[in-house]
Amino acid sequence: MEEYFHSVTLQEDKCIGCTDCIKRCPTEAIRVRHGKARIINERCIDCGLCIRVCRSHAKKAITDPLACIGKYAYKVAIPAPTLYAQFKDVLDINIILTGLKRIGFDEVFEVAKAAEMVTKESAKIIKSQTMKRPIISSACPVIVRLIQIRFPSLIDNILSVMSPMEVAARTIKAKLALQGMDPSSIGVFFISPCAAKATNAKNPLGFEESHVDGVISMRDIYMSLLPVLRSIEHPEVLRLSTEKGIGWAAKGGEGHCLGIDNSISVDGIENVIKILEKVENGKLEDVDFIEGLACIGGCVGGPLTVENSFVAKNYLSKIAKYTKNNSAKIDIYLSDIQVDLTWSKEIISKPVLTLDQDMIKAIQKLEELEKIYERLPQINCGSCGAPTCRSLAEDIVREQANIEDCIFMLREKVRKMAQEMVELSQKLPPSISSRDKK
Amino acid sequence: MKLRFEVDGDEFVLAGEASSKLKKVLMQLGISSQLIRKIAIAMYEAEINMVIHANGGFIDAEITPDKVFVSLSDTGPGIPDIELAMKEGYSTASDKVRELGFGAGMGLPNMKRYTDDMKVTSEVGKGTTVELTVFIS
Repeated sequence: MEEYFHSVTLQEDKCIGCTDCIKRCPTEAIRVRHGKARIINERCIDCGLCIRVCRSHAKKAITDPLACIGKYAYKVAIPAPTLYAQFKDVLDINIILTGLKRIGFDEVFEVAKAAEMVTKESAKIIKSQTMKRPIISSACPVIVRLIQIRFPSLIDNILSVMSPMEVAARTIKAKLALQGMDPSSIGVFFISPCAAKATNAKNPLGFEESHVDGVISMRDIYMSLLPVLRSIEHPEVLRLSTEKGIGWAAKGGEGHCLGIDNSISVDGIENVIKILEKVENGKLEDVDFIEGLACIGGCVGGPLTVENSFVAKNYLSKIAKYTKNNSAKIDIYLSDIQVDLTWSKEIISKPVLTLDQDMIKAIQKLEELEKIYERLPQINCGSCGAPTCRSLAEDIVREQANIEDCIFMLREKVRKMAQEMVELSQKLPPSISSRDKK
Repeated sequence: MKLRFEVDGDEFVLAGEASSKLKKVLMQLGISSQLIRKIAIAMYEAEINMVIHANGGFIDAEITPDKVFVSLSDTGPGIPDIELAMKEGYSTASDKVRELGFGAGMGLPNMKRYTDDMKVTSEVGKGTTVELTVFIS
């Protein structure tokens, strides 16, 4: 298996080996081994749910520190629109964009603007009627990876358009190249609400190499940005986006921006799984578009955000309204910049659930799995380190666990052994007299 | 590999659980996603039918390296005219069922469309058995 970078990782020293994360992981990608959680890399889709549920804060998303922008002569920030919704009472986006320039960036290019460009391209594809219905949005990288692993038959339904993050990076680099700047001197940094985006910048889906040079967590930048924002009285006019692109930060934003009425907008990975099940059962072919977002509320609910998802949604609505009526905007001419927004590489299924490449062996293993599962208590306690009894049975047939890892099975075995010991202790050699037997 | 699923006829919302479970099993066996989708759609239709018309029943699935065979048996009212029931758009579903978005008369035709072989045997008053086969090539 090829080396695969993951943003979500474990901080060993903090992990107490409880069952909180293994129980919630939507792809059953975590096991507790030797008292510590272990992420099975090829199964992890970087949804960040484990980061959220860990009470020891032992799960972390690996992102780049703000200091790393120093490696480049010309530093560009491409903030996700979710960033705008992190600050109470900051309604003018220009303040936040100006703030980014004050903390060390030479230029900013809004991902919200790129979202509007993506929308245009998406609308074209959807209208062309060439794609299988329902078309599934590719905006959330977690959902795309989920489909690769759990719903491979739906790969053809995924909208093959680059994400706003990627389009933003490509557009600004193309613009700067036109201005005669040396491409190697430009560093483009995404300000991210999400771990999966950090993974995507290193292992992109749908194309070979990302033009994003680094991903900085919204949480990390928040502390640097906050004091600066308060001191900005006359912000530069830097805004390019409209309320439509900004709306992408929350659930339903993409569909609204596209203007498709016959759509489903679903948030929270467990809810998305239910909808994808329906699609796979052929029950949603009359729906045009499905926007599935792993986080509750959409990107505003991302694991790397600072503000609560629902509060951030409130801020976002206020910002959108203000942006429409009051905020100053610049119109740059992007028409001479050519960026191909469609994917150049096919998305392939990742058959990580397959028990064996050889189907005959796979059938044997599955029969064995069923037999083992029947013996297990089926209460999914998690003490063995696997999330469910079925997943323990699966680990056993994959030779990654033993049946004695189940404490109930172990106890039964110990009881049987104890019984045998008692029976044995009563069987004395005939050479010993009955007097001694007493 | 043989699997048996019980389909509860009282719980309409649970219909589709057996198809979901079989789908997972087929993924574990490394069967191609296109085939899994065909089986999923056909079996889901059949499972829903069992719940709507026949108060549930049993599903037996048999998987061998060359085919997936699913047999769904119920002890429901039976189908008086199978040929008529196979016609697209023909439906005996109640208004209540139609309100839920089912009963468009596409169930049996869809099962036929998505499988390589489909056999329906039924006796009025006794029950119905639907056998679905998808070949693994």
